[in-house]
This record gives sequence, structure tokens and C-alpha cells, in this order.
Amino acid sequence: MEDLTFDFIIARYNYWLVITLMMTGFYVVVSRGNLIKKIVGLNLFQTSVFMLYISAGKIIGGTAPIFTDNPDEVYSNPLPHVLILTAIVVGVATTALGLALIIRIKETFGSIEEDELLKIEHDYDTTGKMPTAEGRP
Amino acid sequence: MHHHLILRIVSKFLIPPILLYALYVQFHGDFGPGGGFQAGVIFAAGFILYGIVYGVSHLRRVLPPALVRALAALGVLIYAGTGVVSMFLGFNYLDYAAFASDPAHASHGQHYGIIVIEFGVGLTVFAVMTAIFMAFASRAPEIKDTDW
Amino acid sequence: MSVILIDVALFSFLLLTAFAIVRLRNLFAVTMLTSVFSLLSAGLFVTLDAVDVAFTEAAVGAGISTVLLLGTLSLTPHDEKPATRSPLLPMLVVFITGAALIYGTMDMPAFGSADAPIHQHVGPDYIERYPHDIDMPNIVTGILGSYRGFDTLGETAVVFTAGIAVILLLHRSTLGRRRREDEEEDL
Repeated sequence: MEDLTFDFIIARYNYWLVITLMMTGFYVVVSRGNLIKKIVGLNLFQTSVFMLYISAGKIIGGTAPIFTDNPDEVYSNPLPHVLILTAIVVGVATTALGLALIIRIKETFGSIEEDELLKIEHDYDTTGKMPTAEGRP
Repeated sequence: MHHHLILRIVSKFLIPPILLYALYVQFHGDFGPGGGFQAGVIFAAGFILYGIVYGVSHLRRVLPPALVRALAALGVLIYAGTGVVSMFLGFNYLDYAAFASDPAHASHGQHYGIIVIEFGVGLTVFAVMTAIFMAFASRAPEIKDTDW
Repeated sequence: MSVILIDVALFSFLLLTAFAIVRLRNLFAVTMLTSVFSLLSAGLFVTLDAVDVAFTEAAVGAGISTVLLLGTLSLTPHDEKPATRSPLLPMLVVFITGAALIYGTMDMPAFGSADAPIHQHVGPDYIERYPHDIDMPNIVTGILGSYRGFDTLGETAVVFTAGIAVILLLHRSTLGRRRREDEEEDL
């Protein structure tokens, strides 16, 4: 491993900050019991992954990949941009699907807290009875 | 919605420029940042703003849910159909060089093809986002004027 | 150097927002902070030359996601219940994963260097061939539609499928009610 010189840190700090953000999202997903909070945590994680990809495509001194009149222009790598652009839209579509499932869970079981849902499931396994949800229309 | 005069008037002013901007993003995407994905979302945002301010029942009168679902399918059909057309013209699936009027300038054909498929993408994204909003909003009780 | 300063400033805002999202239990506040997070990350994408991505993130992340989360909150409780379990185990898992990832970055090419492996093969090849193949200035749109047209067709189909799934889950159809009434009549 190289020494922790200033140049070494400047060349890597971007990745480290992205990883910190990613782990914050991961922490929300694994530690919080509220399903909406979990979805928000997944969103944080997802956006950090996007940042990692885009960071990899950046060239210092380059410009956005839209052709200019200058033939010597250096362009950042457009390939990660293409991949992430579609991933963002697919991401929101899957988030919507997750939220729709949460709404149905709330309507059926009356709760969106993981602990309470596990308890309901446990009760169902032992007694075979489904609790009547308050939230049911 | 009879109260909130300012909200209604301001959104009336905002919705046409939002829709116009979405069209600009859609058809200027080949020169600047933008394209079907962004344009579809912005176009949907215009209608979602209308739905939030005036209520989902009004939005349903402007955009019947059956129409929205048909548009979502139509977008995918336009995209996939472009590939089939290029195949019938003797090229590979989704090879837009087929649309060039002059085979020496295949790059023009690419341009036409991309405009068409971006339109398909925009249509699908717009319709799906609007349909998702309608599905969520129709579950919730309509917000009354007095609730604000 | 000024790029690095802007970068660090944006990242510190992003980190503050993320930590606030972890701490807060009011889900309305969390939703608004998620929107702020998306907008800040769109700013970050602009500094990283990804203007198309920034545009999409601003429209989708800060716009549509927020509307959907608010729509969900109008049907579900607004406050998260206090955590009952100890945060130690999740903390440990997160720190080990994070440490492994940071160890992995030690061998990664320096940020923004032009001779990183990612800039050696497909990307530059596209940029080189692009002016001859397609006559439009925005390379991202060209790759999205033409070189990677199959990819984008798949993504469009995924968005369409997710939309259908949400409609199936949430739509209150008159069809189902009618069928139930028919069954009751048959009895």
C-alpha cells in the first residue's frame, strides 16, 4: 500500500465520500424497522452508487460529452452517463412499486413497522388467525 | 377546489411553460442535455401539478386512465416497431441507418431513428409516471379545502 | 483546485442531509430531505460533467420521487416508531462493509485520471466513431438510442412493466366489484 500522501488522498477522497454516503444508506436499510424509511435508505444507497459510476467516468480537464467546435476538446467518458441515466428512471419505477406494496401491506395488516409485521406473522403461524387491521377499508 | 385562489392562478400560469419545456427537452435532446426519459418526467410533472392543485377527479377528466395506459403501451410499441421497420427495410433490428434517404449519409438515418425512439421512450415514461401518480392519489381521500 | 472545493462543499451538504435522514423520525421531514439530497446530487453530477444524468436526477429524484413518497405518507403513519433493537449489530456490519470498500479503493485508478482502464476501450471508441456514425452533437443521446438501443428498449420495457404492476396493486377496478356482485347474485 502506498503512503497516505496528500496526492494519494486527493486522488481517492471522492470515492471515500461516496462510500460514506453509501454506508449511511445501508445503515438506514438494515437498522430501521419502518418500511418507508427502508425505501428512503435504498434510495440513498442507489444515488451513491450512481455517484460512484459517474466519478469513474470523469476526466479532470475534460468537459461534458456534447460535441463542441474545438477538435482538441477532451470529453468525459459518456458510457457511465448512459447507463446511469436509464438506471435513475428504472430506479424511480421500482421505488413506486415498493411504495405501492407498502400501501397494500398497511391496508392488509394495519402496520408498516417490521417488528409488528413479524409479530402478526408469528401469531398467524401459531394461531392460524389473521388479525383484523384497523386500516382495512 | 374553490379556495386558494393564488395557488390555482399560479399553477395555471406554470403548467403551460412546464409542458412546453418538456417538448423542448424532448426534441432538443440531440443537441443539448435531455431526451425522452427527462422529457417524459417533466411532461408528467405538469399533469401531476394539475392533479395536486385541482384534484385527481379533474385530472381524470383531462387524461382518462384508459388513455394513459394505452399511451404507455404505445410508447414501447413505437420503440420496438422502429426496429421491426428497419428489419423490413433490409437492415438489422434497430439499425437506424435504414431510414437514411441517401445510403451514403447513413448518419442522417441514425438521427431520424433516434428522434423516433426517443419519442417512444418519452411517451412511455410520461404515461407510466402519470398512471403511477393517479394510482397513488386515487387511494388517498381527496384533500378538502378546509384541510390546508 | 476550485473543482475540489466545490466537490467537498457539495459532499459535506450531502453527508449532513444523509445523517439528518438517519436521525429524524418524522417521515415528512425525511421525504423533504430526500428531495434535497437528490437536488444536491444533481449538482454534484454537473461538476462531474454528467449533465444529462444531473437533469434526470433533478427531474426524477427531486420531483417524482417526492410526490410518490408524499402520496404514500397520506395513507400511512407519519412518524416512525422508535427503534427497539440495539444499533450495534447494524453499525458493525456497516463499518466492516465500508472498510472493505475503502480498502478496495486503494488499488483504484486516481480520480479523474485520463489513463484509467475505463477510458481505454469502449468509451473513447464511441467518441472516436461517433462523428462519422451519427450527426448529432449530444454523445449521450446517441449512445443511448443507437449503440445501446437494445439496452434502452429493455429499460423502457422495465418502466412500462413497473407501471403496470403499480396499477395492478393499487387500482380500484370496477371490474372486481362487479364480479363479486355477480357471485353474490348466483348464490
